Amino acid sequence: MSSKGIRDRVAVVSMGCTRFGEHWTSSAEDLLVDATEEAFGSSPVRRDDVDAYWLGTLGSGQSGLTLSKALALDYKPVTRVENYCATGSEAFRNACYAVASGAYDRVMAVGVEKLKDSGFSGLLRSDPPGDGTAAELSLTAPAAFSLLDPAYCARYGVDPAELRSAMTHVAWKNHHNGALNPKAQFRSEVTKQRIANAPTVAGRLGVFDCSGVSDGAAAALIVRAEDALDYTDRPMYVKGLSLAAGPALGAADPDYDYTTFPEVIRSARDAFAQAGVTDPRREISLAEVHDCFTPTELVLMEDLGFSERGQAWKDVLDGAFELGGRLPVNPDGGLKSFGHPVGASGLRMLYECWLQFRGEAGRRQLADPRLGLTHNLGGRPGSCVSFVSVVGPELDG
Amino acid sequence: MTVAGSGRVSALVAYATYLPRHRLQRAAIGATLGAGGGRGARVVASFDEDSTTMGVEAAGALLRAHPATPGALYFATTSPAYADKTNASAVHAAIALPQATFAADLAGSSRSALAAWRVAQAERGLVVLADVRTGLPGSRDERDGGDGAVALLFGDPEDAIAEVVAQRSWTAELLDRWRAPGEAAGGQWEERFGLETYLPLLRRAAAETLAAAGLDEADHVVVVSPNPGVRTQAPRVFPGACSSPIGHSGAADLGLGLAAVLDHAEPGKTILVLSAADGCDALVLRTTERLARNRQSRPVADQFEDGVDVPYATYLTWRGWLDREPPRRPEPDRPAGPPSARSEAWKFSFTGSVCRCCGFTHLPPVRVCKKCGSADDMDQLSLASSTGAVATYTVDRLAYSPSPPLIDAVVDFDGGGRYTLEVADAQPDDLAVGVPVGLSFRRLFTAGGVHNYFWKARVLAPERAVAEGGDT
Repeated sequence: MSSKGIRDRVAVVSMGCTRFGEHWTSSAEDLLVDATEEAFGSSPVRRDDVDAYWLGTLGSGQSGLTLSKALALDYKPVTRVENYCATGSEAFRNACYAVASGAYDRVMAVGVEKLKDSGFSGLLRSDPPGDGTAAELSLTAPAAFSLLDPAYCARYGVDPAELRSAMTHVAWKNHHNGALNPKAQFRSEVTKQRIANAPTVAGRLGVFDCSGVSDGAAAALIVRAEDALDYTDRPMYVKGLSLAAGPALGAADPDYDYTTFPEVIRSARDAFAQAGVTDPRREISLAEVHDCFTPTELVLMEDLGFSERGQAWKDVLDGAFELGGRLPVNPDGGLKSFGHPVGASGLRMLYECWLQFRGEAGRRQLADPRLGLTHNLGGRPGSCVSFVSVVGPELDG
Repeated sequence: MTVAGSGRVSALVAYATYLPRHRLQRAAIGATLGAGGGRGARVVASFDEDSTTMGVEAAGALLRAHPATPGALYFATTSPAYADKTNASAVHAAIALPQATFAADLAGSSRSALAAWRVAQAERGLVVLADVRTGLPGSRDERDGGDGAVALLFGDPEDAIAEVVAQRSWTAELLDRWRAPGEAAGGQWEERFGLETYLPLLRRAAAETLAAAGLDEADHVVVVSPNPGVRTQAPRVFPGACSSPIGHSGAADLGLGLAAVLDHAEPGKTILVLSAADGCDALVLRTTERLARNRQSRPVADQFEDGVDVPYATYLTWRGWLDREPPRRPEPDRPAGPPSARSEAWKFSFTGSVCRCCGFTHLPPVRVCKKCGSADDMDQLSLASSTGAVATYTVDRLAYSPSPPLIDAVVDFDGGGRYTLEVADAQPDDLAVGVPVGLSFRRLFTAGGVHNYFWKARVLAPERAVAEGGDT
């Protein structure tokens, strides 16, 4: 894959993000208004000053009308996008390209999901009429990702008890971080014992190994990099954006062993090339990754180049990815405790980078972050889409 | 072409039976209900089995052991999965018969089995008999019924394992057994009424049919009937007679009774089969030398022994008598007609495609190779009879299932191909990476009145892995 990229050509100059959680009293429209009003609140731009909008939602509305009606927009172009759980990132990516192309000067990417109106646990599918044979129809998301656990143990000879400890550590860390985040769905620490002993959902995954099912919305105002300082003195510049949709080979190929996501490797390689990152382990200051389930975060550390193959579980247990570790991962609590309103999650990851670069992350604030990575996954092991962005607070020399 | 009774143009050339894996201990019924029950166990179809899926299993087993293209397919059952839609067509699709092969149902009563037999005999066809027998909790039907299937193939007399020497039928209209369409439990008049109506018919049928065959008596006698009294009295009236080997199994009973005799009968022996159901049907067969080589590999008795117990509450849930709290997940959508028709070969006979350029096997079939990228250069290949191994697996406690938890396995097939399948008849402890599996045709779920038929993986016992998988 080769992308020319748009390094330092566009910038985020304002963002908004609702608290994530069970918003029984808010509709998707309410959440869209809340997130965009917060984004407009910190900038001089008003709703109709924005040239075009991109709306990401998996299933909380269809077409651009979902946003244009909620915001009463003045006949603006609004594009609704969907790319599974990477939907929010996809809205952002396309919005950035629209500015980089020169077609627009100011655009907004918005993501929203209202999951808690269904009355069911977990995510719902909305598949086209089919023949009833797709494995995805029966196997739930936690079950699909639970396949990583025994496969990883088998490939690297890891004692299942050790891997269980590492999975527990991921959940414990992300709950710890979320407890420091006023917008997180779950804002309390959870003991490792409680995580490890929770009722199982699928395979060895307990309820604390799963991301929070929640409602929420997030928004980003995006302008030309050369105009950024007209809006804010601390913009966030886009260094690289990559998306990889695989052929779903792993689900069909006996050579695939469920210990990696080839789509993540490809998208990370592409995003790093665009951003000029050659040593991600040293150059990336913080990473917001798609910790939909605890073993996912483990495997992502290897696919994103933050750990050697077969070593992520040790790095996790050594505290490498904690707030005070060598590379803080999911400082905002991640999908695990910030929650996962699908269409909003990718933008929520960028929101944490935005706060961290501006020194507005409160008790989670990291010292002088230089480059942030967001990683957003849609689908399941063997059949997925992967998005990686690299963002930073300064233009490169 | 029609020579019913002559035994010259068409003869029985192969048979195979299928018994579901689960057993209900009758004592469990008594323990739960405080009455009824009894000794021994009955055969129980799993929640994902019906007369169609069991018919596929029996027919598939027969054709694997005895490759043939039957002249027609006749499917008889008292528990059809569909009305207004042919069930035999699903069996036909699952065993990949040519489109030009006729397939039809004979659904309704136990006697439908004889109808299937008679037409298949005339056309060198395949008879598939299958039933799920239910009754109200605590009833005799529940206790004494059995679920199972049998396939019987007619063909060239040169290939005969048994010739039909004579057959006769008598018809009687009487209210002995009945059930309204759609009802799960049927009615039975006072048992002795049916018994005393059937006994004279049975005696007459035996005498006249044996006479037609030029015999005074037969070496083996099978007596089947939906009337429990007939089954109980048969050995007294016909010394040495055996009856339903797994309990009364509806339309499958006659075939299972015959199969149980064919499992051990010597060549050159005569078998009298009597079926008392809305009349009386009598068959006289004579086994041939070929029987010794062409018996099914696992006798009915062995299949019966090879079972695992199911708790009574689970059984009641499977049959719909006990409505239990489901996981908080949406029920699945019904399978759609056009996509199911387009993927008939995939859905019903597990047919994938193999790339002619690089040899990669795709499940389901695709047009563009995921491995080498070549387009529209594929051969079709059915893996329905294939075996494979579990690459990895999981137990899904969140998924919607008529019988949680759902167990899914990523299966790598011997010779190529991978697919993620539900695992049938399994407990979590049965699974491990590398465990050998075969396939079993099942009903995944029913939604909107539509049955979602597809294949599941089934863990093979070590000896069966060798038998079905060859050189493992």
